[in-house]
Amino acid sequence: MEFGFTTAAYVVAAVLFILSLGGLSGQESAKRAVWYGIVGMGLAVFATLVGPGSGLWLLSLLLIAGGGVIGTYVAKRVQMTEMPQLVAAMHSLVGLAAVFVGFNAHFEIRNVAEVFAIVDSAKDADLSDLGAFAKLIAKKTSAELAILHVELFLGVFIGAVTFTGSVIAYGKLAGKVTSAATKLPGGHMLNAGAAALSLICLIWYFNTGGFFPLFLMTLAALFIGYHLIMGIGGADMPVVVSMLNSYSGWAAAAIGFSLGNDLLIVVGALVGSSGAILSYIMCKAMNRHFISVILGGFGGPQGEQMAVEGEMIAIEAEGVAAALNEADSVIIIPGYGMAVAQAQQAVSELTRKLRAKGKQVRFAIHPVAGRLPGHMNVLLAEAKVPYDIVLEMDEINEDFPETDVAIVIGSNDIVNPAAQDDPNSPIAGMPVLECWKAKQVFVSKRGQGTGYSGIENPLFFKENTRMFYGDAKQSLDKLLPMID
Amino acid sequence: MKIGTPKETFDGENRVAMTPDSALQLQKLGYDCAIETGAGAAAGFSDEAYEKAGVEIVKTAAALWKTADIIAKVRQPNETELKRLTKNKTLISFFNPAGNEKGMDLAKSKGANVIAMEMVPRISRAQKMDALSSMANIAGYRAVIEAGNNFGRFFTGQVTAAGKVPPAKVLVVGAGVAGLAAIGTSTSLGAITYAFDVRPEVAEQVESMGAEFVYLDFEEEQQDGAATGGYAAVSSPEFREAQLAKFRELAPEMDIVITTALIPNREAPKLWLEDMVKAMKPGSVIVDLAAERGGNVEGTVPDEKVVTENGVTIIGYTDFPSRMASQASSLYATNVRHMMTDLTPEKDGRINHDMEDDVIRGATVTYQGEITFPPPPPKIQAIAAQPKKEVKELTPEEKRAKEVAEFKAQTKSQVTLLAVGGLLMLLVGAVAPASFMQHFIVFVLAVFVGFQVIWNVSHSLHTPLMAITNAISSIIIVGALMQIGSGSFLVILLAALSVFMAGINIFGGFLVTRRMLAMFQKS
Repeated sequence: MEFGFTTAAYVVAAVLFILSLGGLSGQESAKRAVWYGIVGMGLAVFATLVGPGSGLWLLSLLLIAGGGVIGTYVAKRVQMTEMPQLVAAMHSLVGLAAVFVGFNAHFEIRNVAEVFAIVDSAKDADLSDLGAFAKLIAKKTSAELAILHVELFLGVFIGAVTFTGSVIAYGKLAGKVTSAATKLPGGHMLNAGAAALSLICLIWYFNTGGFFPLFLMTLAALFIGYHLIMGIGGADMPVVVSMLNSYSGWAAAAIGFSLGNDLLIVVGALVGSSGAILSYIMCKAMNRHFISVILGGFGGPQGEQMAVEGEMIAIEAEGVAAALNEADSVIIIPGYGMAVAQAQQAVSELTRKLRAKGKQVRFAIHPVAGRLPGHMNVLLAEAKVPYDIVLEMDEINEDFPETDVAIVIGSNDIVNPAAQDDPNSPIAGMPVLECWKAKQVFVSKRGQGTGYSGIENPLFFKENTRMFYGDAKQSLDKLLPMID
Repeated sequence: MKIGTPKETFDGENRVAMTPDSALQLQKLGYDCAIETGAGAAAGFSDEAYEKAGVEIVKTAAALWKTADIIAKVRQPNETELKRLTKNKTLISFFNPAGNEKGMDLAKSKGANVIAMEMVPRISRAQKMDALSSMANIAGYRAVIEAGNNFGRFFTGQVTAAGKVPPAKVLVVGAGVAGLAAIGTSTSLGAITYAFDVRPEVAEQVESMGAEFVYLDFEEEQQDGAATGGYAAVSSPEFREAQLAKFRELAPEMDIVITTALIPNREAPKLWLEDMVKAMKPGSVIVDLAAERGGNVEGTVPDEKVVTENGVTIIGYTDFPSRMASQASSLYATNVRHMMTDLTPEKDGRINHDMEDDVIRGATVTYQGEITFPPPPPKIQAIAAQPKKEVKELTPEEKRAKEVAEFKAQTKSQVTLLAVGGLLMLLVGAVAPASFMQHFIVFVLAVFVGFQVIWNVSHSLHTPLMAITNAISSIIIVGALMQIGSGSFLVILLAALSVFMAGINIFGGFLVTRRMLAMFQKS
């Protein structure tokens, strides 16, 4: 079919993708937005298949169907708490695909060049046994070819970083790789070295067009992806995952340039900017610079940290139940600990019981709670907590002083008053949920230790704070029958 | 070591410093417990109950003081008792060190260590052993009950078939622990409660208990309670005048007045003067919790209930905690037990009198033949009201100027950004071929659209956003599909793999997004 049809279909698909992302501004319109995305994708694939340059129809369809079966199986089976791992794993697929497509572009250029070498003239060349992409390349001038080299080089580089980075992120989130920040000896120097090597390879590749520099760079990029993400701790994963999301987009865009495909460019740019914005939001929520998150680890404390005074006072389920039975307004602050303990159903049940008694129950969600942007929202939604009582930090922070009971379930740094009180704290200036202003605070926590960041939390020592020790799910299950 | 508790010798004192419950806890710390026979009888704890808890019953006080290494009692010990102390014995008791130099000298000469329960510093860690607070709590409660007992009407307002009953009006002066307890009791009985305190930072606490804080029209920098360890300080004469004027205004309306104002180591301030008592309605009741220290009310007689000429009852009892001996004993015994826990960090039944510890140091008045009173100020201050940060009110002109400046700065940064961006673009355009620029325009516009669209995505949908962008980033499949028709086997293989992986992603990504979005439900 004509090239014009494909382009027209691409335009429609691009518009649908934009609408699809735009539709995520509200819970209701989001349900429609997914369909836009699905139709857009279907249209794009269909147009490419029938468009110029594709071959092996049957094989392509079979492969898509095969991938579809696996994808469907995974999507149906995955637990909501495993969502971060899944997203990371899927990013790695995009990254690897980008590497392969980039390699292919390189091979095609070589093939075309070989044909040219034989016939010596572009016009007479017999390109019929080459693919459509090769025909496209054959029309390019040498300046365009040079640009093409750079583009595909970039595509492969970003794709490779995304691939190993996502694999490591997956491992960390799934608990298969230690979530602590670990670096090889040499630290960032190794990364810098690998990056420098890639740059040399770029110049080399630009001049010679050989496969070896491309391959060498791929290895270097794979290493960067691995080592960079290994050096980032578990609590920074929201930033990492959204950053990888962004990378997978930029990789697609770079490949789009090298293939001269506008749809790839548009969608790659959409995804890339989406991930970039998410990373920015996450970093802002932690009051840290993107660079310092990526380079890993918290900066050392700038001075003596305030000594924490007082003691942690434990409380049993009876005490919590009594306070909840008397309270009129309750705010629950979930964190990663809730996801780990799979306590979202128990939390939902507690919410239902309290609401049935006419109490106001709301949830306060910090932007970086959990291991994925919006992680807590999804878990609560899964447990059938209505989304209109799940509020963002900015919406609810002012309401704490009028709240009778605040329950902190498995979060730590996001409710740390030191961020506001102690200018020397490593998290100073990070916006936090001011739950200590509530009349009473219960903290469900496994033990007395500090959280991931290793920062002492003065909240636990406050006079109106009681520690409700134990696994979040077991504690809540013990608590539930006592709410009457 | 052995902890012993004698029967209180003070006339009319019903409390006891050890209960069967606290004895069990003390034994867990590794101590043996002993008690003088009948010591707990007045508080409702029989000798049998103690025996059952594993406490040794000792026949006489003399024998008890002899056998015990640690003596826990309630009231300040008298001379006979102090003479029974020997070296290395530890006494835990109320001691009134500021007004009991003779007692301190005696304890010092005997070489005993004395821990005065009223000297426990007011920091959060020490709350569990703060016997003053636990006794004040009881006094506050009991004050309201005594007032009710002597007040001929209801606390709560009622509309009955037999007529309308107005609610009683209660004024609590001094919102310390006793005051707050009184406020709580009074509001829960249904009375309209007002409260006054010289420390403005307690207004919030008062209001949280359901009472109305009485503010003065007085402009003066009030010293907040933190500097004095959470207690009130002496106020200036002008302030006092304003305060008395307010009380004069309130006196005719009030049915019950409960005064709890104390200043550490001083006579209680006179706050409710004779003319205010006269101004009150007949049948009104005043309870003066400061009676032991001279009273806040003119006309208070310590330990007596007097009725004035105009029919106002003034209650000056000083033994409120003792009137609730059972409750007071169990709270006091728990305070003592917590003190022992801190003194026995190893739980091995031996005292480790750590003079470096803020709480223990603060409460110790004699130690190894030395008087250690008064203690140095604790390293940690009591909870203070945060000094309010001054927020400068901007005048409209200033506001306007600020807005203009902000707008200008914004414009400037935006223009700079555009200029730099445009220049870079031109540079790229000068070098790159036209075909590249076409794609580049598309790219830049798409990034721009992406930024505009994504900012509107609601925070709670960030996870679905990631899943859906992940699904659509598998648009890379288009690239692979374009290459799969190649002649080279290697290219076909790699392209096929890419198509396969992108296929997983497309289906997985969209389906998981749909699954997530379906879960979001409105209530």
